Amino acid sequence: MLTHILTAVLGGPVTEAAPPLVASDLSALARRVQEVAHQRLGRGLTIRQVDAGSCNGCELEIHALNNVYYDLERFGLRFTASPRHADVLLVTGPVTTQMRTALERTWAATPAPKWVIAIGDCGCDGGVFAGGTGVVGGVGTVIPVDLTITGCPPSPTRLLQGLLAVLEFTNGCVAAKQLQA
Amino acid sequence: MTEPAPTMIEFLSQHGAVQPRHRPWPRFQLDPAGWSALTDRLAADPDLLLLGLWAEQEGLDHPRVHIALFEAASGSVAVTSLDCPDGTFPTLSRVRPGAIRLERTIHDLHRLVPIGAIDDRPWLIHRDRSDATGTQGGGGYQFLPVEGWNLHQIPVGPVHAGIIEPGHFRFTCSGETVVRLEERLGYVHKGIEQLLAGASLERAARLVGRVSGDSTVAYGLAFARAVEAAFGTEVPPRAHYLRGVMAELERIANHLGDIGAIANDAAFSFLHAQCGELREDILRFALAGFGHRLMMDAVVPGGVANDLSEDHAIRLLSLVTRLRRRFPRLVRIYENKASLQDRTVDTGYVSAALAHQFAVGGYIGRASSRIFDARVQPGYPPYTDHEFSVPTLSDGDVNARVWIRIHEVKASLALIIRLIASLPKGPVLAPLTAPGEEREGMALVEGFRGDVMVWLRLSANGERVIRCYPRDPSWFQWPLLEAAIRGNIVPDFPLCNKSFNCSYAGHDL
Repeated sequence: MLTHILTAVLGGPVTEAAPPLVASDLSALARRVQEVAHQRLGRGLTIRQVDAGSCNGCELEIHALNNVYYDLERFGLRFTASPRHADVLLVTGPVTTQMRTALERTWAATPAPKWVIAIGDCGCDGGVFAGGTGVVGGVGTVIPVDLTITGCPPSPTRLLQGLLAVLEFTNGCVAAKQLQA
Repeated sequence: MTEPAPTMIEFLSQHGAVQPRHRPWPRFQLDPAGWSALTDRLAADPDLLLLGLWAEQEGLDHPRVHIALFEAASGSVAVTSLDCPDGTFPTLSRVRPGAIRLERTIHDLHRLVPIGAIDDRPWLIHRDRSDATGTQGGGGYQFLPVEGWNLHQIPVGPVHAGIIEPGHFRFTCSGETVVRLEERLGYVHKGIEQLLAGASLERAARLVGRVSGDSTVAYGLAFARAVEAAFGTEVPPRAHYLRGVMAELERIANHLGDIGAIANDAAFSFLHAQCGELREDILRFALAGFGHRLMMDAVVPGGVANDLSEDHAIRLLSLVTRLRRRFPRLVRIYENKASLQDRTVDTGYVSAALAHQFAVGGYIGRASSRIFDARVQPGYPPYTDHEFSVPTLSDGDVNARVWIRIHEVKASLALIIRLIASLPKGPVLAPLTAPGEEREGMALVEGFRGDVMVWLRLSANGERVIRCYPRDPSWFQWPLLEAAIRGNIVPDFPLCNKSFNCSYAGHDL
């Protein structure tokens, strides 16, 4: 173990620089949230991930956000087990009929202010599974969605861009006026 | 002197009619007497193993039930079918426990009743609102009754801790010790089989590749091989080799993720960080070399969608060399960390007897003495050209399931080098020629968690899927998790669950 620690200390971190923000994410957030006065939540956001019917591909890429290259926690973004501790719900999958109630209850248990990010093509509109007998539809058909990150699955870089946009926005770092432009 | 018992194929030939359009293995249509004889034979011969059990109705006069079987001694695979004009079929659950949940699902989805079934509760389809929240309401799902002194229940899920698929786990505990775990799944049931019925081959390939996202190459390969078997398509050798490279990369990437996650659940996050870094290196190569981090849609009927360039082949060899240097150091840390070994050794034991009874595949079977790997038996290219080791252990605990993964990572890295070194030249995609009649095809592919089976029936013009049944290895693994956790403490459940890493989406379809 000592050699590993020495190598890491001498070699420096493998963590990469943050990706640039995407303007369309910020304007999407502004459109959705413009009536709501946003409070300062501090410098971080706590996330509860909910799989509402995905194939598990999106989960793999969300897991990757916690690896040493993307290192989500350095931005103050962290995952929690309890929706009661969460600011953001990260929801994957087409919502299945058999996960609908659990998703609604998880959303209800998350205290305001809260934001919902729908992940993946399935989270957007059911994706390749749209029309399945067990499928309700995209996340927005069941709970209100603030941002959608499409992809099959979206890459960790893409996920990080969306999350950083939410972080910047909820911390009032980007004024609502600027986003209208 | 009694005659030796007939082999499975001989036995089935005596009791049923071979169906000419099923490939590559035979399908026998049985009558009720033949099915009864088969049930007796299954009771008498524990080495006749259940590969799958499913129903078919599309385009048929009567609903039909199929069983896929494997005879280890001869390495033969066969399918047997029974028509169910009265909507019932005799249960197999009393001779093969792996059939219990499969039959409950056939009842849920097709309304066919298994007569004499051990367990007649619904399984995949939740009938009551209380199912959705996991509570035990009046008229909701009836969990098995529990009697005893000082027992309490812990209900977990469907939304449970972590970035993880949803499922419900009903623990009955005496203090910290789990005396029973009962699972409830089906939360991510989407109706994939119904979406597949009538789908074009291209759409069906995309759907099957997304049954379980972490096994997209294995599923894509099983679907492709089933179509190729049905059509009699010759896949070019270079495509076989590239499929093998992708399948082994998928295996290594998942095993690295699992080894790290298991260590993380014992609070040793160092290994999780290191393994996560190596896994990310693989996914980045997959994007560059094969067009997608998880390699979705890369294996298609007829071959592969993208060729591997000379440059990328060199990059792959360099990645493999790096992994071969770094991975053994991580393994040494795993085996020398006493506090980690204390958590994984003797935890979550699965006996060889249970592993055999359920014909459980993958690292779970191989960690409990079961010698089965679809790459060897029945086998398929490119593995038929290259010998490689298939490790088995007998300890059956979490530690053994970690070690099987460690051995498989090393074997897969060596195999990739040999595949790239002997990569044939030539095309990577053959055209599909429809044979002009309805055909049935089937394939068995060794995914990272076990054997993936795909069975299908294609339309006469070869353009549409009439029925496709993807069978995830988790069907035989989930029940054994309930056995593995018994007698262990509650905090060891995440360790057991991660060491199994069953698929929820693959199971629920």
